[in-house]
Amino acid sequence: METVLYLTHTESDGSLGKPALEALSAALQLAQELDGAPPLTIGLIGGEVQAAADALAGCGAGRFMGVAGAELAVSRYSSDAAAAAALVEAAQPTLVVAAATSRFSRALPGVCQRVGGRIDTQVTELQVVDTEPRIERWYYRQRMAATLTRSQRPWFLLLAGGAFPAWEGEAGTAEVEAVPVDMPETRTRVVGTQSASADAHTIRPEADLLFVAGAGWTKKQVDGQPHVTEAEQCIREFVDAAQASLGSSKSLVDQGGEGQQVLSFMSHLHQVGQTGTTPRHRKGLATCCHGEEPHVVGWRFITERRAINLDAGCGWGQGKADVLYVADAFDVMTKVNELLGES
Amino acid sequence: MSSGFHLVVCGSLVPDPLQTLEPVTGPAGPALKNEMMLPSVLDPWAGHALYEAAHLAESAPDSKVWLVSLGPKARLQQLMMSIAQKVPFELVALDGSAGGFTDPTEVAAVLANAVQGIAGLERDRLLLFGGCASASRDAGATMQMVGERLGITEQFLAVDELTVECDGSLKVLERIEGAQYQISVCAGPPAVLAWATGNLPEPPNNPQVGMVNMRSVMPALQRAQPAPVAAEGVKFLDVTVPRQQRDTRIVRDMPVDEIARELVDWIRG
Repeated sequence: METVLYLTHTESDGSLGKPALEALSAALQLAQELDGAPPLTIGLIGGEVQAAADALAGCGAGRFMGVAGAELAVSRYSSDAAAAAALVEAAQPTLVVAAATSRFSRALPGVCQRVGGRIDTQVTELQVVDTEPRIERWYYRQRMAATLTRSQRPWFLLLAGGAFPAWEGEAGTAEVEAVPVDMPETRTRVVGTQSASADAHTIRPEADLLFVAGAGWTKKQVDGQPHVTEAEQCIREFVDAAQASLGSSKSLVDQGGEGQQVLSFMSHLHQVGQTGTTPRHRKGLATCCHGEEPHVVGWRFITERRAINLDAGCGWGQGKADVLYVADAFDVMTKVNELLGES
Repeated sequence: MSSGFHLVVCGSLVPDPLQTLEPVTGPAGPALKNEMMLPSVLDPWAGHALYEAAHLAESAPDSKVWLVSLGPKARLQQLMMSIAQKVPFELVALDGSAGGFTDPTEVAAVLANAVQGIAGLERDRLLLFGGCASASRDAGATMQMVGERLGITEQFLAVDELTVECDGSLKVLERIEGAQYQISVCAGPPAVLAWATGNLPEPPNNPQVGMVNMRSVMPALQRAQPAPVAAEGVKFLDVTVPRQQRDTRIVRDMPVDEIARELVDWIRG
């Protein structure tokens, strides 16, 4: 008989993030579909976990367990792994479901190793077929998807963000069993956080629109000269006016390391595609991108896609975008900024 | 006592990103069509880890870099023709699959064994580097498991910056949500750092480095032990390339004003 443990950690303010609520809805569904499985067990990790447990009180879980303490108020491998391992040892699950946050992506593979389990990450779908749990996950950086199942237990599943609906339900009062942990001596001190760059606020994961700038913005324009400063201004103006998230192709980001003129606010964190992020915005607008496959994979989960490119034969014209405007992105985006500014 | 680092980088080959990849099912499970023939490159994030390791070794006297690489021997040899010209390292080759459909637990086991078998490696100087995920399996789990197997509990994922402070401690910047970095200070080695892109460009080829490296690369390839890795216990039911062919509307000769208006309507819609 399968038993499901949902693991989550609190955010710095004690709340639960959206990825955690997405993973919860998936875990609840999984526990419900597994024939004869007991209700879901929830394991919470954080500086303080009661408020988070109370927020989930109405989800129908059968058991709440928690590990709390000052050491767990921050994200750190040694303490997180000790806490998660203690919860797994206490709950003895066959399936462990968690969101692929940076904190759990760092800690849970090691926990899995510690408890003798197996792990799959990048999970975008959970199914139960004839009492057998199955997952869909992606390989080769979103270039192919596999449906698979495993015989080993416990089986850890790290769920990709944006692939499941976030759980919504009534708060209440949850009775949390405190699970004791022998915290290991740690040699790592978490100092704080910092923005990746002064302009990192151009990365907005919750935005409706992703605007991707390609290397064409820094190339020579019709007058035979590059206009990088104007390009920067145009892109920043648009991203701010539309409250869009800014992404970049690899080639544009790499120009910095190659000594070419670059857009000053672009960093590797803006990069989408095979060696960057895989964003999940509802809409995507690509400008001056060549549309090669490694880049296009970054758009796998963008629902509505449009592109502006001077080359009608670019990768985006090959059936990957809904609309391809064959035009000069400088001219079009300048006009778009004007229109957005008028409203 | 020496102050240098022993930098072990785990990294292998992946298909050149510009290649078209097509899954096929063989007797041992899924694989890539013509996998052995596909041009390959050093896994991008592992490559960043290697360049960062070499850079750190250059700035910390008495440091040494090892590259532990799991892949088919013949393809590793091809890869080394280019990689060996980039930065100095000693190769530890493992002859096994570099495919994406292997299990990270099995891969971690052979990598950890290889690291433990490195002669002269000092644990209290060890920094274990690798990519934060591969461009093949893309699990983002292997380095943590190698670390666990080696008993290293100071681990960092998606690292973009490592600074050695005056007191020998390591200041680490890891990517976290919301385009932020988490800043941590680790007292010192041993530690696991799974790198994102870091800050260094790909080094240019240096034939002199290549000649020095190749003296140890060829014997290492000859010594490469078979390292069978698969995905024991996994049943692949289906592997497909998503078909997302869209009926693209190609708009030519539309005035800029009209395009802009259409886009603004779409953005607001």
